[in-house]
Amino acid sequence: MDIIEHYLYTKEHEWINIEDGVGTVGITEYAQSALGDITFVDLPHTDVEVEQFEQLTSVESVKSASDIFSPMSGRIIDVNDKLADDPGLINRSCSDKGWIVKIEVSDMDESSNLLTAEEYGSYLESLDRNGGVDTDE
Amino acid sequence: MKLIFEQSVRGRQGFKLPDSDVPVTAVIAGKYLRQAELLLPEVSELDVVRHFTRLSRLNFSLDANFYPLGSCTMKYNPKFTEKAAAMPGFADLHPLLPQLKGGERYVQGALEVLYDTERWLSEITGMKAFTLQPLAGAHGELTGIMLMAAYHKARGNKKKHIIVPDSAHGTNPASAAVAGYQIISVASDKKGGIDIEKLKAVLTVETAGLMMTCPDTHGVFNSSIGEISRLVHAVDGLMYYDGANLNATLGRCRPGDVGFDLVHLNLHKTFGTPHGGGGPGAGPVGVMGKLEKFLPVSRVVKRPDGLFYLDYGHPDSIGYIASFYGNFAIILRAYAYMLLLGGDGLKETSDHAVLNANYLMHRLKNNYPVAFDRICMHECLFSATKHAARGVHAIDIAKFLIDQGIHPPTVYFPLTVKEAIMVEPTETESRETLDFFVDAMIRADALARTDPAAFHDFPRTMPISRPDETRAAREMNVNFFASRA
Amino acid sequence: MNPYIANTEQDVQTMLGVIGVDSIDALFADIRPEHAPRSFDLPAGLSEFEVIERLRRLASKNTGALIPFIGGGYYDHYVPAACGAIMSRGEFYTAYTPYQPECSQGTLQALFEYQSGICALTGMDVANASLYDGGTALYEAMMMALRVTGRKKIVMDGGVSPIYRKLIRSYTHNLHIEFIETPVAHGQTDRACVSALMDKDVAAVIIQNPNFFGVIDDHADIVAQAHASGALVIASVYPVALGLLKTPAEMGVDIVTGEGQSLGLPLNFGGPYLGFMAVRRALIRQMPGRIVGETVDAQGRRCFVNTLQAREQHIRREKATSNICTNAALCAVQASVFMALMGRQGFRQLAQLNFDKAEYARRVLGNIPGVEVKRSSPTFNEFTVYLPRDAADVVEEMILRGFAAGFPLGRYYEGMNNYLLVAVTEKRTKSEIEAYAAALAEVVA
Repeated sequence: MDIIEHYLYTKEHEWINIEDGVGTVGITEYAQSALGDITFVDLPHTDVEVEQFEQLTSVESVKSASDIFSPMSGRIIDVNDKLADDPGLINRSCSDKGWIVKIEVSDMDESSNLLTAEEYGSYLESLDRNGGVDTDE
Repeated sequence: MKLIFEQSVRGRQGFKLPDSDVPVTAVIAGKYLRQAELLLPEVSELDVVRHFTRLSRLNFSLDANFYPLGSCTMKYNPKFTEKAAAMPGFADLHPLLPQLKGGERYVQGALEVLYDTERWLSEITGMKAFTLQPLAGAHGELTGIMLMAAYHKARGNKKKHIIVPDSAHGTNPASAAVAGYQIISVASDKKGGIDIEKLKAVLTVETAGLMMTCPDTHGVFNSSIGEISRLVHAVDGLMYYDGANLNATLGRCRPGDVGFDLVHLNLHKTFGTPHGGGGPGAGPVGVMGKLEKFLPVSRVVKRPDGLFYLDYGHPDSIGYIASFYGNFAIILRAYAYMLLLGGDGLKETSDHAVLNANYLMHRLKNNYPVAFDRICMHECLFSATKHAARGVHAIDIAKFLIDQGIHPPTVYFPLTVKEAIMVEPTETESRETLDFFVDAMIRADALARTDPAAFHDFPRTMPISRPDETRAAREMNVNFFASRA
Repeated sequence: MNPYIANTEQDVQTMLGVIGVDSIDALFADIRPEHAPRSFDLPAGLSEFEVIERLRRLASKNTGALIPFIGGGYYDHYVPAACGAIMSRGEFYTAYTPYQPECSQGTLQALFEYQSGICALTGMDVANASLYDGGTALYEAMMMALRVTGRKKIVMDGGVSPIYRKLIRSYTHNLHIEFIETPVAHGQTDRACVSALMDKDVAAVIIQNPNFFGVIDDHADIVAQAHASGALVIASVYPVALGLLKTPAEMGVDIVTGEGQSLGLPLNFGGPYLGFMAVRRALIRQMPGRIVGETVDAQGRRCFVNTLQAREQHIRREKATSNICTNAALCAVQASVFMALMGRQGFRQLAQLNFDKAEYARRVLGNIPGVEVKRSSPTFNEFTVYLPRDAADVVEEMILRGFAAGFPLGRYYEGMNNYLLVAVTEKRTKSEIEAYAAALAEVVA
């Protein structure tokens, strides 16, 4: 699993990479793999204020739709226009070229509500252990 | 296969219209005329008939194939109901006739069909009254939620949300949301029913009601239904019965007797009307007395002298929810079906639907783990998680079945069970057909053990193999002309 | 004896043995005794021919003999025999929704062709695979416009079918939407009134062409004005008229809906009918209902699938674009057969016949003393006449003379008791029109 040391994570499988007060947001390998081939990203408008864990956008694959929540509060200052024509970019490079938005982070303290790379890794392992309803039992 | 547009040859025409027998007395001013060429195909009648006949052969259908789609109830559609629906006295009847002064005199037969159907559906479900207007199941749900809203408004209740079990059809939360309610999902317990403790935790004075199927989409009849009803009624919530699975309990249990306040039915599920490849359907809604005054107008009424008329005078009604009186030709087929079977015959359909489902479940449970190991109702629910661990997913088993001439069961629904395979054989299938299906499923299980990779290119015998659905969704070529512009 | 159940007594015993219970009753053990039906009092069953005879008697109680001049959005067009023949193929009508594309290419391709046909008629970019009927399609279009614009106000032309308007009002009763209905001016949309209402809160202007009075219009100016204030325009159209009339796409309309009954479907006393919807490509993701798309299979062969399903209720549940599931697929296929039979030339001829016959009727009726036909507003195949007395009474008397003479407007429009809405399709002959005029002359004399 592709977990990047200096990124912060949410339990909803978003990542944020904060540099100079600007957070780049995307979805994790776990999320892109669960969605499958992404067919559409509903890109939000720039200059919109979002709250931490508020819905930012949604991402669609053939048989599912998934809401993406903002890891932190702030103002959307950029969206990844490449995703409009090539939503599969998220599948190919979810942690890098397939970023979704950039946010001017308004409250750095909120990062304490997020998971570190290590915590997210353990979280994923715990998910693997109790993989939902197991009907074999 | 070529599209009909690709067979077009300038100058051909598939239908002979009459020459005009009237003098031309006017022309339409140029500014109102279409400029764009009308790009319909130019083909002969034989071209059309052959094209659509060939297309039809690319379909699996109930008439040709076993079609055990769980929750969809693909039971046989008796042929005589088609004959009934085609009778000119019904098929040619204009819907505005009864709205003319004295016009009900000219549609007495049609109104009698509606009146009798309403009465019989009321008796079957234990409801007080019915409207036949909703044009499909989901439309019935929306109508039902609007009735609930009208009820709460009249009582001054401040209701905000509707509770929906996690095993529900997607239409339930969608309908409630369209009508303006928030949705609270409640989890199922280990036996497949609603988890009563979790239900209690979300029930508040703001609960407008609970929507549920009974039996539910796990194929389980919830024995606690009486207690659930009491809990919901205690907060003045309403019990909404999604009639998708009424076909399991005809003559065995009526929603009105176990606490439901309103129901919608899918006539194509319980009353043998055809599915049409995705409609038209019919979704009548029945209510208990406390909701009757809110029913949509018009209402069909029988006068003391035996004549029927349409009554629009209900001040508390939610109003028009359809243009007319429902999908009449579908209602007529269901009426014919009920006339033929009668009360005993209807009960018999449920008995055999449940017998067939339990038989299938027992024959397959050693090969496919059942989601809930107990007696099932009209459908049984398996999980292919063990197969999935070998790389053979529910969808792969589905595609294997297509090559056996069997329409796949419902897969990946309900959402509560991983790798769900939901089988509803219906009462109209013979034991030989069920055995044929069981044998195919057992062969699939064996193949999954010995050669899981073989599944990836099923089906192999169809006109096409698996389509690239991602490409379809990304390119959105949904119009012949646009995709070639 | 139930002809639709194959299990014999022997089968039942064998199957119960496999299940391990001793009776069918035991399978219903989860239903507690207190939950047993308090009553299940239904008539005894009948044989097939007894049912058919009973229905034949009921059908004969409906009047079949009236010569129809009644429309109101639902017309007595001829249904070609090939439509019925194709639709009676079990491969179409006993199939389910095409969830498994490999064994449903027939329905899927037919629906793709239907979508393309609707686009050809309306001039729009994309169409869905059908909605229930014309009225509910217009409601869905309005909900779509509210979603797209995020606004809450709707301006509705009074020329939109009063049945549709009543229906939309019922649905939006609890949704906090501001509705403004504008009057008609000389039978057409009242420009001044719509113009005065346009502001930044209007989500959509809803119009109908031809409108309920049969009057045709060119709404391009209204579209321009609506777009200037960020509103969408929704047009409900009559497909047969599009054989001749300026298309909604040519007027710049954003969302087109309509009643597809006139595309080869019987009147059926109100249904099943066919709602169609077509939109500009940019709006496709906000469109409700199923959409069939073209793609290729693993071998690169062209094929068709239900696409953009992530908009729909079975995936998005309460966040779906609509709650619609089952629609009117079979009716859509039938409409597709109809459009193919008529074809490029036939469809135009059909429209021309409707127009010419209605114009002739308009002239003949206008010659009756006491009957006024307004000539100022152009109409297609339906028009209003002013009668010297209550139209409802006149219609009642005309029925005795063998005519369904039209629809009295007083039922839905205040102050219009003397107005009658008269429809004339390609099926009406010159002699029927003249006989109708003669009968009307007697009745109003």
